[in-house]
Parts: sequence; structure tokens; C-alpha cells
Amino acid sequence: MDKLLEINHCRKRFGSTEVLTDLTLSVEESQVLSIIGPSGSGKSTLLRCATLLETMDGGDLIYMGRYAARGTSEGSVYAPPAELKKIKSMFGLVFQNFNLFPHYSVLKNICEAPVLVQKRDKAEVEAEAMDLLKQMGLEDKYNAYPCQLSGGQQQRVSIARALAMNPGILFFDEPTSALDPELTGEILRVIRQLAEKKMTMVIVTHEMNFARDVSDYVVFMNGGVIVEQGDPRDVIDHPTQERTIQFLRRLQDQ
Amino acid sequence: MSLTTMIVKMSEGLGKTCSIFFLTLLFALPLGLIVALLRMSKNKIVSGITRVCISILRGTPLMLQLLAVTYGPFYLFGVSVSRNKLIPVVIAFSINYAAYFAEIYRGGIESMPVGQYEAAEVLGYSKFQCFIRIILPQVIKRILPSITNEVVTLVKDTSMAFTVSYQEMFTIGKQIANSQTSFVPFIVAGVFYFVFNAVVDFVMGRIEKKLNYYK
Repeated sequence: MDKLLEINHCRKRFGSTEVLTDLTLSVEESQVLSIIGPSGSGKSTLLRCATLLETMDGGDLIYMGRYAARGTSEGSVYAPPAELKKIKSMFGLVFQNFNLFPHYSVLKNICEAPVLVQKRDKAEVEAEAMDLLKQMGLEDKYNAYPCQLSGGQQQRVSIARALAMNPGILFFDEPTSALDPELTGEILRVIRQLAEKKMTMVIVTHEMNFARDVSDYVVFMNGGVIVEQGDPRDVIDHPTQERTIQFLRRLQDQ
Repeated sequence: MSLTTMIVKMSEGLGKTCSIFFLTLLFALPLGLIVALLRMSKNKIVSGITRVCISILRGTPLMLQLLAVTYGPFYLFGVSVSRNKLIPVVIAFSINYAAYFAEIYRGGIESMPVGQYEAAEVLGYSKFQCFIRIILPQVIKRILPSITNEVVTLVKDTSMAFTVSYQEMFTIGKQIANSQTSFVPFIVAGVFYFVFNAVVDFVMGRIEKKLNYYK
């Protein structure tokens, strides 16, 4: 299978604290990969490095064979802006707190970037956006503003916004953490639908049951390194590492 | 001199009062944005110089700045004082108000959540597109009440132009008051400013309402 994303020997430090230490990870086409771990383990930082919101201090970042960053002895060297712009169109990111544009209607939130950045035909993009909204069960909300929507609805719009760019990989940064428990279900349902359509996804999550159900690969991170990884039923139900066992037990106790 | 004559004479200066007002807004609003961006520059020299300029402009009287811009060139370089005083008056007002507007813009821009920038960045917006389309419209909504405050002050500050004998409404009023030894022109001026500001309040209120379609 083709590797859509490769991260090799990634290092990241904030000041004198090393947040990611020699971390290597790859994502294959149609794979759903979940990243779990305690807070402060570096999983969000990893996602931010992968989506170019943070720069790595060392290691390679490769999308579909194209280097966004190349590890050298002097640290990661990033590709020129034109190349990075192309690479940026290969992935999408869904934020924990949605980050919709409040002054835009739902439809404009979804359609502006494809038209403005990808220079696609407006009518065509809008038709596609309406389809996406239908999939999200929000076709009647196209004209609403984000402030008129519930958190779950806003998150579904932000998923539609990311999908409208036709990304090869979709990243989720704790997509349900800012939602009331009764609203998390609707988001998880949408992600599950996307998994059925063979969308390649990387999901940072605290929802263990969900990670087990939806993903075909789970990575457990702690202290900036991958402690354990593999099939979700192995990692979540039969962990072998002491740190993983502790973490999962503490979650169960809650 | 009858009240009607006073009002008619002072009204003749209203055009000039309005010229100061609208031209100052026309130049100071965009200039303020540029100054705000310089002030927030990552280059420490640029932001430092801008900060000092803002602090001088806000820390000294507008009246002094008016005198400096109008007569400064004469004392410094022997350039004759321009006959059309509107130019130095508008320059002084625009620079002074730009300094205030700049700090308002800066407050607004810095209050924007970083998530808005990140969302735009991930979607591939350029820095410029992000600022113009995503950040600035939201900043304008946030700072509008503070801008209204400054605009109301500007209406009243136009009277300061009397210090350089620019024949706007208040200057004429003051001349009539002197020649007639009457306080009435000042009352007329007060009413003019009050009505002017009532209109400003109404217009700004409408704009605020129009931007209230989202939170």
C-alpha cells in the first residue's frame, strides 16, 4: 500500500523541553490511525507538526513522496513556500474548537477556500458543498451563521469545510473534546461514515471505545515518544507496556 | 448682529469643518491600520520607532501639533506658510488621529483568537488573504465602539483649527463673539457640534447594527 504520510525521526522542542523525541510514523492510504495518550504526551504537537502549524526541529515530513521538510544535521529544512502550498492542499485539519469563521455563513465557510485558494469554479464548489452538508445532515443550515449552531453542528460544518478541499488525509485534533457528551456521538458517527468511504484519517482522541471501533491502527504516545502501537484490539485491550496499562486503567477508573 | 446673521455666517464655515472631519477620517483610518501593523512588526527597530512616534503624538496636545505642522516649515526651512490652511490642518489631524486609531486597531487585532489564523493557514489562505478576509472584518466589528468614541471626539476637535486661523465654523464664531462681545456664537457652535454628533451617533449605530448579524 502507498504511504500518504511519512514522519521520520521527528524532533520538536519548546525552549529547553523536548516535546517529541525521534518519532517515526507513517500513514497508508485508507488507513484510520488513532493517536492516544495522556495530555502533555506530545500527540497534539505531533499533529501540529504534521499539518505545518509547527516547524519540526529535526526529521523528515513527507506527503506522497514529496518532502515538506528534510532532516539534516542542522535540523529540518523546509521546502520553499510554493511547494509547501501544494503540500498543504494534500491534507485537512479539524480543530478541537472548530475555528469556523464567525462572520461567514456556513456555505461561505465551506466554499471560500476551494474557490479562492484552489481556484475552482464557484458553482461547482457550492454544489459539492451542499452535498457535503447533506451528508452531515445540515443541508437546511447552509445559510446560517456559526453562532446559530450547536457545538456538534459547528464541528460537522468544520469537517465539511476540510472535506471541500478534497484532502488526501484528514487530521482530527480531539474533535469531540469541546463538546457536551451527548453531542460527541454525532461527530463520531460522521467520522465512522468517512472511514467506511475509505477516507485516510489521523485522529487524536480520548475516546477509547471509538478509537477501538473505527481505527485500524492505534499509536499510544507518552513523553514525546511512541510507547506502543499496532492493532487497536491489541493496544487498547491487551497492552504490553507498563505505561499503556497505567493510562488505560486510569481512564477506566474515571 | 441678529441671531440669524450669526447662524448664517457660522454656517458658511461648516463646509470647512466638514472638510477637516471627512478628510481626517479618510486619511487617518487607513493610516492608523498601517501604523498598527508597523507597531506590531517583528522587527524591533520598526516597532520601537513606531511606538515612540505614537507616544509623542498621543502625549502632546493636538493644538501644538497643529501649530507645528502649520508654522514649523516656516521656522525650520523658511518655507512660506501655505495660504490654504486646510492642508496643514488635515495633515496634523490625520497624523494625530492615526496614532489613536493605530492603538485601537492593535488592541482589536491582538484580541483575535489564534485559531482563526491557524484555520485559514491550514486551508491554504496566504497571510494577506487571511488578514483581509478573515481577521480584519472581525477586528472592525470588535473595535467599532472605540472608533465611534474617537469620531465623536474628532467632531469637537475640529474647533481646534481656530489656533491656526482656519476659517471653519468655530473660528468664525469666535471672531463674531469677539467683535460683538457676545456669548451667543458659542452657544450656536455648541448646538452645531451636538447635532453633528447626533448624526455621527446615528450612523455609527446603524453600522454596528449591520455588523450584528453574527457574534
